[in-house]
Amino acid sequence: MTPFDNSIGDLLVFFGKTGNVLLVLGIITFGGFLFRSIGQLFDNRGETFVEMPLFIASLLAILLLAVVSLIWSAFFGGRAGLRTLILFVAAIVFGAWAFRYAGQLLTDNAPLFRDMPFGVAFGYVFGALALIGGIWFFLQPVELDGAPRASVIFFRWAVKGFIGFAIAAFLFRLAGRYLGTNGTRKLFRQMPMTAAFGILVILIYTIVSVFAGVIAPFGQEEVLANSNIVPGGDPAVGGDPDYPLGTDQIGRDILSRLIYGAQNTVGIAFATTLLAFFIGGSLGFLAATLGGWLDQVLSRLVDVLMAIPALIFALLLMTIATAWAPKLGIPLTFFMVVIIAVIDSTRVFRLARAVAMNIVVMDYIEAAKLRGEGLAYLVFREILPNATAPLLAEFGLRFCFVFLTIASLSFLGVGIQPPLADWGTMVKDLAQFINFAAFAPQVATAPLLAAGAIALLTVAVNFVVDWMLHKSSGLKE
Amino acid sequence: MSALVEINDIWIEGRADETWMPIINGASMSLNKGEVLGLIGESGAGKSTLGLAAMGFARDGVRISKGSVTFDGIDLINASAAVKRDLLGKRIAYVAQSAAASFNPSHRLIDQHVEGPVQHGVSTRVESVNDGIELYRRLRLPDPDNIGFRYPHQVSGGQLQRAMTAMAMSCRPDLIIFDEPTTALDVTTQIEVLASIRDIVEQFDTAAIYITHDLAVVAQMADKIKVLLKGDEVEEADTRTMLSDPKEDYTKSLWAVRSFKRPGKAAVPEDATPVISVRNVTAAYGKAVVLHDVSFDIHAGRTVAVVGESGSGKSTAARCITGLLPPLEGHVEFDGEALPLDYRKRNKMQLRQAQMIYQMADTALNPRKSIGEIIGRPVEFYMDLKGAKKRERVRALLDEIEMEPDLFIDRLPSELSGGQKQRIGIARALAAEPKFIICDEVTSALDQLVAEGILKLLARLQDTLGLSYMFITHDLATVKSIADEVVVMKDGRVVEQGPKDEMFTPPHHSYTDLLLSSVPEMDPDWLTNLLAERGVDNLGDAAADRM
Repeated sequence: MTPFDNSIGDLLVFFGKTGNVLLVLGIITFGGFLFRSIGQLFDNRGETFVEMPLFIASLLAILLLAVVSLIWSAFFGGRAGLRTLILFVAAIVFGAWAFRYAGQLLTDNAPLFRDMPFGVAFGYVFGALALIGGIWFFLQPVELDGAPRASVIFFRWAVKGFIGFAIAAFLFRLAGRYLGTNGTRKLFRQMPMTAAFGILVILIYTIVSVFAGVIAPFGQEEVLANSNIVPGGDPAVGGDPDYPLGTDQIGRDILSRLIYGAQNTVGIAFATTLLAFFIGGSLGFLAATLGGWLDQVLSRLVDVLMAIPALIFALLLMTIATAWAPKLGIPLTFFMVVIIAVIDSTRVFRLARAVAMNIVVMDYIEAAKLRGEGLAYLVFREILPNATAPLLAEFGLRFCFVFLTIASLSFLGVGIQPPLADWGTMVKDLAQFINFAAFAPQVATAPLLAAGAIALLTVAVNFVVDWMLHKSSGLKE
Repeated sequence: MSALVEINDIWIEGRADETWMPIINGASMSLNKGEVLGLIGESGAGKSTLGLAAMGFARDGVRISKGSVTFDGIDLINASAAVKRDLLGKRIAYVAQSAAASFNPSHRLIDQHVEGPVQHGVSTRVESVNDGIELYRRLRLPDPDNIGFRYPHQVSGGQLQRAMTAMAMSCRPDLIIFDEPTTALDVTTQIEVLASIRDIVEQFDTAAIYITHDLAVVAQMADKIKVLLKGDEVEEADTRTMLSDPKEDYTKSLWAVRSFKRPGKAAVPEDATPVISVRNVTAAYGKAVVLHDVSFDIHAGRTVAVVGESGSGKSTAARCITGLLPPLEGHVEFDGEALPLDYRKRNKMQLRQAQMIYQMADTALNPRKSIGEIIGRPVEFYMDLKGAKKRERVRALLDEIEMEPDLFIDRLPSELSGGQKQRIGIARALAAEPKFIICDEVTSALDQLVAEGILKLLARLQDTLGLSYMFITHDLATVKSIADEVVVMKDGRVVEQGPKDEMFTPPHHSYTDLLLSSVPEMDPDWLTNLLAERGVDNLGDAAADRM
């Protein structure tokens, strides 16, 4: 019996009594006081404990107690898993110390090892262990006693994908360094691998979505003879080389639908983000430049809109739009673009206003005002060029969010309507296949393909955005 | 006795645009205990870099490529992080240029003060708090017992600078590096800080490296002076020799800067209409009245210098003239006609006639526009010139401000030096072909040589184009060289005004006197004499006044 074996219910009963609560609080406070007093005895520099507030001392005392009781329960309470974990951490700590010490001895106290903080040494040792563990797991057999081991299979795919993309990004960056104009060459020289990866992926997505009709082997609505063909194109496990990524539950080619999905999902997301930036950006700049009551009205309006959870609000409005769309004869997609754009423009408004606020106080804006320039000139010629970097970075992030919102709405059934291919809908339709992961990993891949397409683009866009933010902050130094 | 700090043939490089560019080319120096070395040079000469190198430290993107730094027998370049950690703050301290930016705004002064001694184990928290109060007293901070318990925003700039000096002193270091500690301060505040720093360095026999671009200041502080130019050592000598007998041409040119003076002009006829006439202007930000019944005239072809310390209302007066801050009472006349109070109600013609040049050229030029666009806009806006004609006019303007058009017309402001940016600011004002220009502290962010170039340019433009200037400044040396008339302001009121020669000959208003006597002079004994003259009590009172 350890302190952690008590059920929550017992605890609730215990703390339900006022007397017990006061007792515990009293003990904690006294413990904190004791802890601080002992600390003060040993703190000869008078730094840490002298001015420590009692509640912090109490919290630290509780923390100390928890750590001690964890270790106690691991070694004397028979919790083997916890004991292994603690021993493992202790081994890395010792390994890190030994690693640094050996490094200092072997390199004759080179600055790298001499000035290495302990945390960094810990990181190196932990990283090395993780790498060895990863390689060991990668080399495990795919099957055990005739049953496929899904975890090993998926891990292998992930590693292969990672290495493949890394090589592709590296080659792409290498090509960029020797092709193109001087400007782009310089850009590629300074580019980190992550950004090269991001740009490459975005480029591929763009090409695929623009030329979807040419690339896709089948139409997105084309129902073919066989349904539920397993991805991989291996007839032995139920695949078909004609449909490399298999077919869905009513026999449409998944590869074709993925390609058309890029066109629909990415295209609509792009249009929505542009609209959101047009609305949010121009209103934000106006609010910052003019200030006064206009700023107040717009800002409070945005506050109200932002107070409503975005996805639920979008869902609500989309439900209404579903009823209106046939009556008005306007496609539902149009409603979706406007609704998501308006909801997301509130975030853009906040950013544009904040950025512009810092710009409008500059002397060059004052000079332009005193010259007698009009509002349009101030906003578009003086403010906008200085706000592009943060807005561009936000554009990338916002694009991801819009994209995910569309996928979520489609998943919930109110977004892009069938038979148009859409990644969110594809995940939803094929979702139940994930249950096959344990014994038929190939089958479980079907819903993961669309989900992976979403994830890959999101990661890629974020890499590029990170890089742009880094670049724009570097310029200001 | 071996030197405390010994820098031997040090080379420092900085990373710019994928290559390493030299910043310091083989400088050497040695400093004994209790000695003060003045490092001077223009901005970009590598003063701060060399000062930091004396701590064995290089900023991010900067590396020490060659040479040695020895502090008390310890090789700082090859020292381990642990050894440096033990030295820095404890035996070597650093006072940064902007105390306001260097203090953490969310901790009390005393809490930041005790960090060093407690971390280094020099003294306990309680001891170092008491010591801090003692240091505040010696640095003549007002209310030394309590000032440490304030937050940085609750004390003035000069006080903060002294609190930072106290902080550097907290471990009684052997060496302090002062990086332009008074550059951002008014002349009257500067005196207090200079005197405090000098006293405390003497009292504790601390060695110091004093970095500045102000020669008169360094003359007061340093035992010996080293002059740097673009990373090269020009010369080094003890202060008196250096001042009386500089060897190198560059040093001589530095010394000669303060000699620029314009010839006087004929008196303005009695019945002439002033270009700008400020009439009984009272203005306020919200409820705080910052200008009280201010009146002065600016005549054609004249320069009126408006002087006073920060917060005296100089810039507010300019804002009233431009119409950015409509006055509560009074009005501004242009050529005898009253201007609308708000700039939004003025017509293009009225706006064109009064232009403005700003203190910080960095924020006055849009960083995303080329020089051609920046100067071209007013040309297009007011003169309605387009295309080739506009470009021609821009080139003519660049010629006018002595900048090569082919070289600069397509550059961005970030590709220019501080002085060049200020020239672009002037060209933008000229492009409107105004009669009247407000120069708001246009030279205070510049080095003396560069500032002198700007002043000469402004003087020449005035002679050829017949411009009138309102010259806002707190630097009386500038006033002496360029002004025709002087307006002295304090607390939003005009204290004294009149022609320059009258203003610079006694008797003065007591405040004018304080301002005039606070301008550092090149004489190394100036500060000592001045303090003796005023008496230390007077200085303390001046500090108390500011509370």
